[in-house]
Amino acid sequence: MSIKQVTSHPTQNEGLIFERSQAGRVGYMLPKLDVEETNLDDFLPAELRRSDDLEGVPEVSEVDIIRHFTRMSTWNFSIDLGMYPLGSCTMKYNSRLNEKVARIPGFTNLHPLTPESESQGALELAYQLQEDLSEITGLKGVTLQPAAGAHGEMTGVMLIRAFLDKRDGEASKERRVMLVPDSAHGTNPASANMAGFTVKTIRSTPEGFTDLDHLKELCAEGGIAGLMLTNPSTVGLFEINIKEICDLIHTAGGLVYMDGANMNALVGVARPGDMGVDVIHLNLHKTFSTPHGGGGPGCGPCCCTAELEPFLPTPRIVKLSEQEAVATGISYKLNYNRPDSIGRVKAFFGNFGMFVRALAYIQTHGNTGLVEATQSAVLNARYVSHALADDFDKPFEADCMHEAIFSHKKQTRKGVHTLDIGKRLIDYGFHPMTVYFPLIVEGAMLIEPTESVGRQDLDSFIDAMKSIAQETIDNPQLVIDAPHTTRIGRLDEATAARKPVLRWKKDMETLSKTA
Amino acid sequence: MRYIPNSPQEVAEMLNVVGLKTPDELFRSIPKDVQLNRALNVTDPLSEPEVILAMESYAAKNPGATKPSFLGAGVYSHFSPTVVDYLIQRSEFFTSYTPYQPEVTQGTLQYIFEFQTLVCQLTGMEVANASMYDGSTSMAEAFLMAQRVTKREKVLVAETVHPEYLEVAKTYVQHCGIELDTFGFDNETGRVGDLSKLDNKVAALVVQSPNFFGCVEDLQSLADKAHAVGALFIVVVTEAISFGLLKTPGECGADIVVAEGQSFGIPMSFGGPHVGLFACKEKYVRNMPGRLAGVAYDKKGNRGFVLTLATREQHIRREKATSNICTNQGLIALAATIYMETMGKKGLQEVATQNAQKANYAKTQIAKLEGFSIPFSTPTFNEFVVRCPKNATEILAKLLKENGIIGGLALKRYYQTRENEFLVCVTETNTKKQIDGLVSSLKEVSK
Amino acid sequence: MSNILENLKYSKDHEWVSVDGDVATVGITDYAQGSLGDVVYVELPKDGDTFAAHEAVGSVESVKAVSEIFTPIGGEIVEVNESVNDTPENVNNDCYGEGWMFKIKLDNAGEVDAMLSSVEYEEFLTNEH
Repeated sequence: MSIKQVTSHPTQNEGLIFERSQAGRVGYMLPKLDVEETNLDDFLPAELRRSDDLEGVPEVSEVDIIRHFTRMSTWNFSIDLGMYPLGSCTMKYNSRLNEKVARIPGFTNLHPLTPESESQGALELAYQLQEDLSEITGLKGVTLQPAAGAHGEMTGVMLIRAFLDKRDGEASKERRVMLVPDSAHGTNPASANMAGFTVKTIRSTPEGFTDLDHLKELCAEGGIAGLMLTNPSTVGLFEINIKEICDLIHTAGGLVYMDGANMNALVGVARPGDMGVDVIHLNLHKTFSTPHGGGGPGCGPCCCTAELEPFLPTPRIVKLSEQEAVATGISYKLNYNRPDSIGRVKAFFGNFGMFVRALAYIQTHGNTGLVEATQSAVLNARYVSHALADDFDKPFEADCMHEAIFSHKKQTRKGVHTLDIGKRLIDYGFHPMTVYFPLIVEGAMLIEPTESVGRQDLDSFIDAMKSIAQETIDNPQLVIDAPHTTRIGRLDEATAARKPVLRWKKDMETLSKTA
Repeated sequence: MRYIPNSPQEVAEMLNVVGLKTPDELFRSIPKDVQLNRALNVTDPLSEPEVILAMESYAAKNPGATKPSFLGAGVYSHFSPTVVDYLIQRSEFFTSYTPYQPEVTQGTLQYIFEFQTLVCQLTGMEVANASMYDGSTSMAEAFLMAQRVTKREKVLVAETVHPEYLEVAKTYVQHCGIELDTFGFDNETGRVGDLSKLDNKVAALVVQSPNFFGCVEDLQSLADKAHAVGALFIVVVTEAISFGLLKTPGECGADIVVAEGQSFGIPMSFGGPHVGLFACKEKYVRNMPGRLAGVAYDKKGNRGFVLTLATREQHIRREKATSNICTNQGLIALAATIYMETMGKKGLQEVATQNAQKANYAKTQIAKLEGFSIPFSTPTFNEFVVRCPKNATEILAKLLKENGIIGGLALKRYYQTRENEFLVCVTETNTKKQIDGLVSSLKEVSK
Repeated sequence: MSNILENLKYSKDHEWVSVDGDVATVGITDYAQGSLGDVVYVELPKDGDTFAAHEAVGSVESVKAVSEIFTPIGGEIVEVNESVNDTPENVNNDCYGEGWMFKIKLDNAGEVDAMLSSVEYEEFLTNEH
């Protein structure tokens, strides 16, 4: 079979590792076994062992590994390369210092079942992060256990469920409606479902806010367990009626869950706890800059009122009083005796490596830097929103917070859609913005510059967007066929989903289809 | 603030452009009464050396990180080739997002595809997803999947599944109409025991192998029994290194395999971030949670990869999705991929064999000590239970205090009545000298 | 403009029905397949399943959307078109022919009469969208 090359440059034609594999190559060396060897059959009989000689697992050298992954890495866009304006995702700078401190051997080599007396530093660090997140959100109870935003959401709605079950007893059965705005992240209804709630959707007003009249109607229908609200909302607007909304839900007997995905617009400026929110999750990988890593690991702490604290996952980190500390020789311990807890949501204590990075972020910024980051993030978005208002349709009048939203309405007349505009941005050296989310804006383009972009780069981005708007008028096909500069073009996703190929097999087609 | 590019002058100019005078005015849409109007009570900004110092002082209070340790129980100390941590720190990997735009994320998509393939090869399964948070949540998701596939409500779990995994599963399924029931183990063999609860109401039979006591289960016969009543057979693996040596769950008839992938080059890091592996038979793929990368071609016929079968997921199906998972463990899955490929066929076999050999050596030596014994007769991989002449918690505390050795995990933590037993794990990172030290110290402290 | 066949009956959920004796063949309309985009998977009911009118019986998936299939009429499923899962593109290319979904034995022929005619469906599309 002849291999057609994607491009003439060799680094752009890296195949799968399985295609590189050569029998007999090795990429590792272990110390020699230093205990006397026993015949395996004597203690681990053959019928329990695999007999396929790990068929198909690659055999490559260390150099193969380095080249393979380095080449593939060049096919990715990254924050370090330039502005990555994915709305809602908060692609801010991931500090190298945070990476460095997370790799201190006293953290990385620490086993989670190490006796408490031998892991006081880890417990203290986690406790300190909880304290800081509590101060930032204005909410007393904090758990760091959830591994990601959606996991924190699940934890949050389960807290609500446990609270209602305890407060109302049997009558809690009548309270199973979770209200979710039509602009919400898809994870919200999915998480509500995992806590046994039925989702009812609240409409947004033409101005982009929660429709209070509709909210009142839904509350009047009864059975309200709570509301899941993103604030600032997914269209980047601060929910001006937040206090009234919280009051309405509380009066209806429910609790307010805030999706903290957009907390980076509020840190140091306003606190969910002061608005009437009962529980919120934070995305450490958004607001506190732990790396997104191509899709994780995240970390989704959940912060709640003192009222909800007894329901937080087990175990809890407890700071001992001075007398207790003197008596026991330790300052922090884990409390597993939590009769009202929703239970564990993850083995051990959460993504500890992310705690270290987030705390380093908080320490580096300090009180003043955290506010400065919030201001800069909002200013950058406002600047973009302002600069592109003539070229793209702006669905809402109100001032945006940390992200600017547009629709493709001005471009569709020429047959150019949001996806095309996003793909064309790639040719200008930018990652596409978030496309087609939230669903309430037709052809939504959600742009979140974050604070990590300087004015020159913002101006270049604005120029690129203006240029695409002009191209849409002059030469729409150029935009529709974009991107033109990448290693591969747009992929046929329909065929990929109709006949899914989800793993390599020996007889698979190589780099290109042969004609 | 050094992470924020704009100078005060630039900020002033930009404010001017948008028609504002001060940064405070940016927040006019936030009602005054919910604004904080004071400085946050967190530290003043720390310089780089100060942050390093602060972090090092936390780390210094973790002496357990540097002592010889025989802890396992779901998290394992293994050697990770230098290239693993080097490569995952490439900007293009660690500062990119979920690969929604395939033209600029082929690097991520291709390694996910390799990860899926490797997980299939090691577990003996047909399809694997792009990863879950960890082994515990992966198992919980498997229970929900079994309910969707079989439309049955009862999940029967071995008591020898990692106790914290079971706790997580209880949390996950408590509002989903699933009834969790457990079944015990045989006191002689340490393998799963009485299966009388297995009937045609059961959605899934769930077994860990090697189990929490380190015993390798007879998966084939368990699979047959599960299938005989129309239940799925779910196999849980906490020690992924065992895949290099043990018969694959797939070969034994597993329908779903969930595993913790931490052993594949990921630091222990006090319990996370790690990575959950999730594999199943191809016929169940549309009921699977999580992301999947698949092959796709562009117009010119060039091969690329895309996220596919996305209609299972929350951003499309919302409350009817197979899971609420969104972020997976991308970068950790990358580390695991690089580990598996660097070790390769030979390395995965050798490291697994070394673990088995060293653990067997330790087990044999400890069994010779007066008053000590091995309570379970079933073959083990790199973990085994030791029965002591007296209270295991006390013995381990003394071992730590007098000899500076973390000897293992007292079983009483999870199994109330097993006061005199503890779980020992021996990996390739434990030298013979350490093992001999453990053996001689155990002898001393039990006197 | 989407294609509407004269001799079929239509539902507001964008299904079409063609009746032969007491068995009706059901599929999704040209408008429905067009709004979904490239169909990649169809989840069908099983032979022998019974449904009331307007119940969800399965779903049609495109790359980035999923839509439920409702049966406009109640009855027992007597045949399903398995071939659409090997060639889901038939739903796009020939929604009134090769891309049919299932056959259902009518409980109540009156339910068919209550459905929209081609003219009414066309009006419905014009007004609603």
